[in-house]
Amino acid sequence: MAKSFPYSDQVMDHFSNPRNMGEIPDADVVADVGNPACGDMMRLYLKIEDGRIIDAKFKTFGCGAAIASSSMLTEIIKGKTVDEAEKITNRQVVDALGGLPPVKVHCSVMAEEALSNAIKQYKNRGNGSGQN
Amino acid sequence: MSRIMGNGRMVFFDHQSTTPVDKRVLDAMLPFFSESYGNPSSHIHKLGVASGQALDKAREQTAALIAADPEEIVFTSGATESNNLAIRGYLQANRDKGKHIVASSIEHFSVMNQLQSLKRDGYDVTFVGCDKYGMVDPMAVRKAMREDTALITVQCASSEIGTIQKIANIGQFTQKRGVFFHSDAAIAAGNIPVDVNELGVDSLSMSAHNFYGPKGVGALYLRKGNLIKCQIEGGMQEFGLRSGTENMPGIVGMGKASAIAKEEMPIRIEHAKNLQIKLWDWLDNNIDYLEFTGHPMYRLPGHVSFWVKYIEGESFLLMLNMKGIMCASGSACASNLKGEDEEDLAASHVLTAVGVPVEYCSGSLTVTLGKDNTEAELDYMISVLPPIVERLLSMSPLYADKLKGDDPYSM
Repeated sequence: MAKSFPYSDQVMDHFSNPRNMGEIPDADVVADVGNPACGDMMRLYLKIEDGRIIDAKFKTFGCGAAIASSSMLTEIIKGKTVDEAEKITNRQVVDALGGLPPVKVHCSVMAEEALSNAIKQYKNRGNGSGQN
Repeated sequence: MSRIMGNGRMVFFDHQSTTPVDKRVLDAMLPFFSESYGNPSSHIHKLGVASGQALDKAREQTAALIAADPEEIVFTSGATESNNLAIRGYLQANRDKGKHIVASSIEHFSVMNQLQSLKRDGYDVTFVGCDKYGMVDPMAVRKAMREDTALITVQCASSEIGTIQKIANIGQFTQKRGVFFHSDAAIAAGNIPVDVNELGVDSLSMSAHNFYGPKGVGALYLRKGNLIKCQIEGGMQEFGLRSGTENMPGIVGMGKASAIAKEEMPIRIEHAKNLQIKLWDWLDNNIDYLEFTGHPMYRLPGHVSFWVKYIEGESFLLMLNMKGIMCASGSACASNLKGEDEEDLAASHVLTAVGVPVEYCSGSLTVTLGKDNTEAELDYMISVLPPIVERLLSMSPLYADKLKGDDPYSM
């Protein structure tokens, strides 16, 4: 199924009108993944209350897929409990975006990594399910 | 189409990737599809003879563009084929000359990939680096030459960073030493003056679609007296060097494009340079964190390339695209979208060779202005650039860190 333009309408929508782009000054966790050398970097801010993600914001240095993946991730996780969010995979981000070109799937993986990094930080502070 | 061109405008600033076919070229080509459609090999009947004559004329026009003799022009499917024919063709016909090759580190893929294959076949390749402007030092090429150097290949100019190489200087000593010197002139021939005698090259690749001719046709200039082995064997067309029924519409188009390019070159160069300087000055004065790439003086007219810290190239391109402005980027993401997997993503080898740190390659942009671009189009781009850069900076965690005093790019 060859498409000449690589991005779906959903990806372009999230790229041009990203949801939740910005910072949370009093965030409970801030997670960084990637680095400029890779051409992709994502920073995820989470505000968590009673084990539920009540706000999520992102800043991303990266291509269209990276920005769209970041935006979609924050949409998916807002309102979910930490335990629910922990189950989210990059595949869900890709599917919600209507697919990504094979070379860009790593952008969704980066988004998943930012989330798991953030959750790990949150749990290591002695919060969450009490597991260590 | 709507998600690609957000506002219906179409501003083409990507002439290093290709150019539109000039109307005069198209008019010259059309009869050769369905009216004068003879095969030049049918050298007895009327239609065949007419095509044969048109082929001869196109060959003269193409040769005249680079001050060559018509018999030194072999028509091909493009510069990629010409590069393959020149390099492999020469090496296979001259195995006694040695197994060493000297090349610049910023050649096009059609040369680079061949050289990698040749290395696997037992050839020794020395890649000569360039300075921060992408300029190859002719003395470095000379120093790299050995007793067993069979071939030297250095491009005339770089599509990506615009730098024009000192080919004539290299040609001087390759001729003295009798070493075969090939130059990929795909982006240079038809756009800047190229005289094979001044340059001292033994072979040179030309590409019609880079100077307002059609895609799918190019030429190889091969200096008289040099032997190469034909790569595409068959009916012995093109002096036995490239078989196959000639692409008559394409070849006629290339000839016409060559004739027009030769005549209009001074005007085109001046037009492109004026736009280039205007854009250069504006960028220099209005966009922070911006660095230009390529040589400031010895560069293709109309060619502006630069990188911007803290922002990534593909997203930059996408935003320009949404405003109808088409450019190119040297970022990994933008250059390899069709790759099978992540292994294909690599920052441009040209930018990394020039010493641009990988992080900066991500934000690089190449704007190439052509004969049909107007100042109004440039003004339009200038009007949309600041909000785009501002938006990308606002999205960037790297810029956020920089503002807090923690610049991720400082050592």
